[in-house]
Amino acid sequence: MTYAIDVRGLTKKFGNQVVLDRLDVTVPTGSIHAVLGPNGAGKTTFINVLTTLVRPDSGTAAVGGSDVVARAAEVRRRISVTGQNAAVDDVLTARENLTMMARLLGLTRAESRVRTDELLERFALDEAAKKRVSTFSGGMRRRLDLAISLICRPQIVFLDEPTTGLDTRSRRTLWDEVQRLRTEGVTILLTTQYLDEADALADEISVLDRGRVVARGTPAQLKAQVGSDIVEVRNERGVLVHELHTDGTPRDVIDVLSASGVQDAGIVTIRRPTLDDVFLAVTSETGSRHDGARATREVAS
Amino acid sequence: MTTIEMGTRRVPPAGNADLVFIDRSIRHSLRDGEGLLMAILLPVFMMGLFVYVFGGAMSFAGDEGYVSYIVPGIIIMCAGFGASSTATLVAGDLQTGIVDRFRTMPIRGSAVLTGHVVASVLRNLVATTVIIVVGLVAGFRPSADPLGWLGALVIITVYITTITMLFAAIGLVAGSIEAANAYGFVLLFLPYLSSGFVPVDTMPSWLQWVAQYQPITPVIESIRSLLMGGDAGSDALVAMIWCAGILVVAIAWSSVTFTRKAGRR
Repeated sequence: MTYAIDVRGLTKKFGNQVVLDRLDVTVPTGSIHAVLGPNGAGKTTFINVLTTLVRPDSGTAAVGGSDVVARAAEVRRRISVTGQNAAVDDVLTARENLTMMARLLGLTRAESRVRTDELLERFALDEAAKKRVSTFSGGMRRRLDLAISLICRPQIVFLDEPTTGLDTRSRRTLWDEVQRLRTEGVTILLTTQYLDEADALADEISVLDRGRVVARGTPAQLKAQVGSDIVEVRNERGVLVHELHTDGTPRDVIDVLSASGVQDAGIVTIRRPTLDDVFLAVTSETGSRHDGARATREVAS
Repeated sequence: MTTIEMGTRRVPPAGNADLVFIDRSIRHSLRDGEGLLMAILLPVFMMGLFVYVFGGAMSFAGDEGYVSYIVPGIIIMCAGFGASSTATLVAGDLQTGIVDRFRTMPIRGSAVLTGHVVASVLRNLVATTVIIVVGLVAGFRPSADPLGWLGALVIITVYITTITMLFAAIGLVAGSIEAANAYGFVLLFLPYLSSGFVPVDTMPSWLQWVAQYQPITPVIESIRSLLMGGDAGSDALVAMIWCAGILVVAIAWSSVTFTRKAGRR
C-alpha cells in the first residue's frame, strides 16, 4: 500500500503547549481522510505542518513520498491548500485571482486563460467572474478558494474546515466537488468539526483531541463506538431530561424508553450522533477527559 | 481543450513571481480610490499650507523664495505618507492568510513583498510629479540641468524605496493592520525635524544635533542642491550611505520576520 500522506510520531509545541502529540496518520493514495476535532484540537497546526508552513519538533511527515521539512519544495509542487478563512484576494475579481495563481505557477498567459475559464465554469463562478471577491458570499468564496487550489491539478489537496460557516446548499456543492476530486484520483485530507461531514466524505477518520489521535477508523466503525442514534426526551417545558442510545428501530426506541422509566415525556426526538457523542464515547474509553463534550451532556434533570 | 496535465507543470522563469506580484499590487493601488486621491491631494494641501500659511512668516529664504526651499521637504514628507500604506497592505496580506497560501506554492513567497514595494515606489513617483507641478505653479523655480534632475530623481527613488522597505518590515512585524498603522506613525515625524522646512541653525542647539545627523537632512539637502543647480557634494554621498544602510537592515529584518511568521496567523 502506498501512502500519499505518512505521518509518524509527529509532535509540535508552541512554547510549553503541546499542540500535536505523537501523531500517527497514514492516508492511502486516492482516498479521503478526515481529521475530526473541536476548535483547539490542533487541526490547523497539523495541516500547517503537512503543507510545509510549520516545522515539526519531532517525528516525520511525508507528503507524496517527500519529507515536509527536508524536501519542502517537492511537497509544494504536489499539494494545494484551501484554508479555513478562504485566503483569496478580496480586491481582485474571481478571474484575476485565478489568473494570478496560474501565472504564479508558471502557466503561460494563454494557458492561464484556458484554465481560468474551465475552473470558473466548473465552480459556477462564470457569471461572477468579473466581480470583486469582496462582494462574494461565503459559499462563492469557498468555491473560488477551491478552484484556485485546483489550477495545477495537485495530487494531494488539503481542506482546512472547508464548510465551516456555510449554508446547507453551499455545503452540499462543496461536498460534491470533494467527491468529484476523489474520482479524479486526488488524495484529500480535510479537517472538520462536523461528524456528518466526515461521515459523508471520508474513507477514514482520525479523531483529534488536544493534539492526540484518540480514535481512528471508518465512519461506520466510529459510529459503532458511539452506539448509534440517540433518543432525546424533553419535558413539557422543552428542557432536555434524558439522552438514550438506540439503534434507531421503532422497537428498540420503545424498549429503551420503557427501560429508562421515563414517565412524563413531553417530546421525544431521535437524532444522529454528533461530534460530542463521538468524543464522549472515545474519550471515556481512553480514560481522558473532555470537558467540552461532557459539559453538553450534563443536562438538567 | 486544455493541455495542462498533471505533472507537466514547468519551472517558471526567474523573477516570474515578482512580476505577477507587481501586477497584483499595481491593480490594488489603482483600485484604492481613497489612497489615490490622498496621494494627489496631500501634496497639494501640504504645498498650500507651507507656502501660503507658514510661508509669509519665513524670512530666511533668499533669492529662490520659500517655495523653492521646501519642495524637497514636501517630496520626502509625502513619500513617507505614501510609503506608510505599504505597512498596512503587508500586514493585511499576513492577516488574511493569503501569504500562507503563497508559501505553500512552489514559488519564493517573499516575492509578494517585491510587488508591494514596486507599487509603492510607482505611486510615490506619481505623487512627486504632482508636487513638482504644484510647486511650479506656486513659484518653484528650479535651475537644474538634465543631469541635476536625473541626480535628484535617483536620490528620491532610492529614498522612497528605502522607506517603503522599512514600512514593509514594520507591516510584517506588526501582526495587524491597526498596529502597522500605529508603529509607522513615528517615522512620519522625522521630516519635520530636518532641514526640510526651516534651516537647521534656526532650531535650539539640542534639536540641531538631531536634525543635522538624522538621515533625512542629507537626503533633502542633496535634492535641494541638485534641483537648484548646485553641487550636492558630500550630502549626496551621506544620503546614499544612510539609505543603503537602512535598506540592508530593512531587508534583513523583513526576511527574518517573513520566515518566522509562517503559519502563525
